[in-house]
Amino acid sequence: MPDLAFVFAQSLSGLTAAMFLFLIASGLSLIFGVLRVLNFAHGTFYMLGAYSAFQIVQWIGLDGGRFWLAALGAALLIAALGGIVERVLFRHLYGKEELYQLLFTYALVLILSDVAKIIWGTQQKSVSRPPELSGAFHVFGATVPHYNLFILLLGPAIALAFWFVLQRTRAGRFIRAAALDRETLGALGVNVDGLYTWVFVLASFLGGLGGALIAPMRATTPGMDTEVIVEAFVVVVIGGLGSFWGTFLGALIYGQVLSFGILFFPRFSIFAVFALMAAVLIIRPWGLLGRPLR
Amino acid sequence: MLARVPWALLVLIAAFFVPAAGSRFYTFVANDIVIWALFATSLNLLVGYTGLVSFGHAAYFGIGAYTTGILLKKVGLPFLLAFPAAGVVAGLCALVFGFFCVRLTRIYFAMLTLAFAQIVWAICFKWNEVTGGEQGMPDIPYPRFDVVDRIVSAVPALGSYRTSDYYYFTCLVLVALCIWALRRIVASPFGRMLTTIRENAERAEFIGVNVRRYELAAFVIAGVFAGLAGGLFGIFNRGVFPDFAYWTKSSEVLIMTLLGGMGTFYGPAIGALVLICLNQQIVSYTEYWPLILGSILVVLLFVFPGGLAGAMLALRRRLVRKTPREVQTGA
Repeated sequence: MPDLAFVFAQSLSGLTAAMFLFLIASGLSLIFGVLRVLNFAHGTFYMLGAYSAFQIVQWIGLDGGRFWLAALGAALLIAALGGIVERVLFRHLYGKEELYQLLFTYALVLILSDVAKIIWGTQQKSVSRPPELSGAFHVFGATVPHYNLFILLLGPAIALAFWFVLQRTRAGRFIRAAALDRETLGALGVNVDGLYTWVFVLASFLGGLGGALIAPMRATTPGMDTEVIVEAFVVVVIGGLGSFWGTFLGALIYGQVLSFGILFFPRFSIFAVFALMAAVLIIRPWGLLGRPLR
Repeated sequence: MLARVPWALLVLIAAFFVPAAGSRFYTFVANDIVIWALFATSLNLLVGYTGLVSFGHAAYFGIGAYTTGILLKKVGLPFLLAFPAAGVVAGLCALVFGFFCVRLTRIYFAMLTLAFAQIVWAICFKWNEVTGGEQGMPDIPYPRFDVVDRIVSAVPALGSYRTSDYYYFTCLVLVALCIWALRRIVASPFGRMLTTIRENAERAEFIGVNVRRYELAAFVIAGVFAGLAGGLFGIFNRGVFPDFAYWTKSSEVLIMTLLGGMGTFYGPAIGALVLICLNQQIVSYTEYWPLILGSILVVLLFVFPGGLAGAMLALRRRLVRKTPREVQTGA
């Protein structure tokens, strides 16, 4: 039996991973919930968020809270990119077959990841932790960087903010209504087209923010997009496509399965994650907290 | 009449002269095309004919490649046994995975095929003892062509060939047989029923068809042929690697199928031909092949959703002024 400090450290690292996955997967789930499209490009938005944060930090530096400025700037940039893509291209595919929409988002993956390669090269890029969070706590013999702790708090905070927007604001009501019946909502005089654009903007913002915030923890490399999108798929499938709290739960489960899988059977932890995804799809295709699609 | 010309046969005969007429490089490219043509055609049975969008078709390609690779390299079986084994093992896996997949609809079907493919990838990636893990399995031996070589060298008119040329001929014959078999399947009452299911699964159910069983059968058949393509590809590639089963491979073959034209029988093979030739041309100018591929895909989705075959059919329809119905059956 491994000692307690190690178990504690593993579960914390699982939680941190879960918070990032939640940030990314919530955007994916939002787009699926409203538009019924699986957006493969979401992982690429996340990668571009990380690269943009790196670039902005290169320009303005890290000190005096500038990292946060860079992270926000990167997220806004990606949000704008998402909005433009939806407005100019994606919207013309709404009436068409699902496969075309899937392949379009995959085309975006191919194009944008190469654009990132052209701009930033294939060398990995890293951002230092912001100086105000560069220290670490020592709890139960485990070392927890301040930055990780910040992420652990930020995840639930964003989840709550997101929940508040969806449940308590007018825009959130429209989004939920669009997920249920877009035609009726349009007939009631709501600008559904504009709403879709905003959903894309919001989702891309979350993806970009996830990327920007992970930049100080993991090196940014080409290929991180195709890796993370599959992870995000696993999370939303486990929790339930389009379900908000399901995504949160899915992220928590994923993080723990991965970090304890590494502990107990190191070689098959990735296997365990996909097996879990398959099991959920077989037993409850709509996910743990999702609702069956009509 | 254009439709009376046995185009497929002509192409096959022409393909036999590639090693004699072209360089070693052309044989290499042609071999690549032949194998991918089978892979894409097998996917088309699912996506184009049955209307099941699989995002994990690479799993069966990978399983086939590993099966043949392991049997040839580690067990030392002859090619004549190792090749069909790829289809058998891939088909069995497709039977197990498909059993669960066909219970789901649309997006969930795609997600579950993806999940199974990722499971296969994870196993190939980590099971070092059997699959070679992350490093893959290099140096898969070619089949032995001693006997064939002796016969060929006894007849001076045939010329002399390298092992890779013999392998190309082998692939050509085997793929031609597989595609012929698929053609028969598509044209059979079973194949017609698959199309009915694609058009309206509910009505198929009403007339007493067990839709799930038909879908599962299509899934297994597609898996078998993808496995056979994988078996050939592992030898051709001189090695088997985990990324054969990675999800990006599945989307590559989907793009090929779409480029050629889903639902037209030879469309995916044409897609394989065009995409591989294009790739060979473009990578000599730039390393940003994905960028070009992505752009092609966007143009395709917006301008030619029927793919190349669809565009050609539309062109022919305009030239010949047939009714659309005649064109479809004549193609």
